[in-house]
Amino acid sequence: MSTLKFRPLRVTAYTVCSAAGTGRAATLSALVERRSGLTPNDFGASPLATWIGRVPGLEEQALPAAWAEWECRNNRLAWRGLVTDDFVDAVAAARERYGAERIAVLIGTSTASIGASEDAYRRLESDGRYPADLRRPIVHTPHSLGDFVQHALALRGIAVTVATACSSSAKVFGQAERLIRAGLADAAVVGGVDTLCGSTLFGFNSLELIASERCRPFDVARHGINIGEAAGFALLEREAGSGAWLLGYGESSDAHHMSAPHPEGVGARRALQDALESSQLTPASIDYINLHGTASLKNDEVEARLVADLFPSRTFASSTKGWTGHTLGAAGIVEAAISLIALESGWLPGTLNTGQLDPACGPQIRRENEQRRAQRALSFSFGFGGSNCVLALGRGDLT
Amino acid sequence: MSALPPIAIEGVAFWHTRMPGWTIARAVIRGEQDASATPAPRPTPGLLAPTERRRAPDTVALALEVAARACEAADRSPAQLRSVFASTYGDLGISDYMCATLAGTPTLISPTKFHNSVHNAAAGYWSIGTASHASYTAISAYRYTFASAVLEAATQVVCDEQPVVCVAFDVEAKGPLGTVAPSTGLLGVALVLAPPRGESQRTLALRVEQGSAADITQARSGAAALVAENALAPCLPFFEALAHSTPASVVLALSDHCLLHAQVSGSQ
Repeated sequence: MSTLKFRPLRVTAYTVCSAAGTGRAATLSALVERRSGLTPNDFGASPLATWIGRVPGLEEQALPAAWAEWECRNNRLAWRGLVTDDFVDAVAAARERYGAERIAVLIGTSTASIGASEDAYRRLESDGRYPADLRRPIVHTPHSLGDFVQHALALRGIAVTVATACSSSAKVFGQAERLIRAGLADAAVVGGVDTLCGSTLFGFNSLELIASERCRPFDVARHGINIGEAAGFALLEREAGSGAWLLGYGESSDAHHMSAPHPEGVGARRALQDALESSQLTPASIDYINLHGTASLKNDEVEARLVADLFPSRTFASSTKGWTGHTLGAAGIVEAAISLIALESGWLPGTLNTGQLDPACGPQIRRENEQRRAQRALSFSFGFGGSNCVLALGRGDLT
Repeated sequence: MSALPPIAIEGVAFWHTRMPGWTIARAVIRGEQDASATPAPRPTPGLLAPTERRRAPDTVALALEVAARACEAADRSPAQLRSVFASTYGDLGISDYMCATLAGTPTLISPTKFHNSVHNAAAGYWSIGTASHASYTAISAYRYTFASAVLEAATQVVCDEQPVVCVAFDVEAKGPLGTVAPSTGLLGVALVLAPPRGESQRTLALRVEQGSAADITQARSGAAALVAENALAPCLPFFEALAHSTPASVVLALSDHCLLHAQVSGSQ
């Protein structure tokens, strides 16, 4: 059996919707104008004292009637993403080119539509059953999301939901690349969606990881994360005349702790090395890094040291969680999209809300935005359960 | 091309409440033995630290058991293997706890229960217990979960020429969630898939094609009724093929219109 060689894939369409904005243009404006999407938490009946990245208007935007079976906040946000930046049209054109069975769907999430199950438990009938409007089995499984996206895009091939916490929608790029490399698909819709829900807000609160203030990534006095919601999608193709590039990726495990990163970043370093190797890039060739930068004490410390150790001072690195909050299972696609927006526009976003940088930070980690030509980017996603993924993205010629 | 070149099946593991181990499951499938009359206690996750063994959720105990047994059968060191973990529903008991607590006293959520509630908890504990820095994934695809896991694991084997342990599991539903996400008993399965090394190995050839539910292979053995109520039951026809030494073809579903044809060679 001969090894099938990795080849870069084209990113022929992509979109992102978060609290910072709906679509690429609105996201770029928010980045350039340093306008945060974070607001005081008003989610649910008894909101915790924190800030959140809430996408406005989902409550009033029901799914089209044809998709009523999949109705829930998470799939509403997925639908908003699909119809933004003409993404659904780009997929329709690809469907014409390749056939519906040759486009795989690989979507990441941490909690999918668990919010619908939470809602059912608040409104149980006297016999203990779910209220009639929520007796829809599909929305009470993690695959609610991948199944919805496949049906909404009228695709008929492979469809998988990836749920590795905060690395989920970065790892979908790897799974898609392998399917295309092996000849099992010609193109893939990758992406991720996570929405605000009690499980994550109160869950991260129980771990004392939630900040009561606006999150301050890499600040010496940071106090934790703000949770956000977002949807993002990308269309990957093997053959295309234009588009950005998925140049490579690396995946690894910390093998350390369920809810804390490895103190020396062993897994993160390995994922980074694999991403550089598969993309044939060196640290010196990286113009921009979108860091995981959650504003949790440990993540930022480990990540700051990793970047300070391995990259030249000219590499521009930042966390954009101050705009979007930590969108958990959607963070991978949101930050891949922001990286592509940065490469295309030449606007490299700094780090919002951060005053004094942690002394662990090297000169790479920037607070202020900068305009400069950039062609190669990395996006870091390091998740719960020690699951790490680094994506290498690019624009322009490959040589 | 919608087919993968053949790969080797190096190890097989199976654990069900009434068929606790591949030896007994294979015998039940072949009609050579009856299933246990009494349910077996859940497996002990020996990979974990003693303090964590008892409080490990059912999903973790079950997944770690079958993953370890498959690696043993393959004579592979778990630390070197990449892994694919898959579950239709994840830990339904913890989801019930989370939803019930959120409905009443949300600020009292247990931090341990929360971090065990993530879909990649079993994969995370496996990487910790085996000290493996190799990548893992954790996936879900509703009724198509097992077939999707086998395809992802096999694709990794073919693309990167590395062995992969593929693990799938579903556990008993609890509380109101069980009315919309029904599943009973514990059912876990695992395979070590690897690049082929010699002619004496059992091989697996996979092909992806369009088709409908009518094309799917139905479970036929005496084990079918025992696992029918578990969410992972669609995996059984694959293990029925493995239980016999003759070559066999199995058709599993990958999505509503997409099928996975699995051809298993005979074994010596």
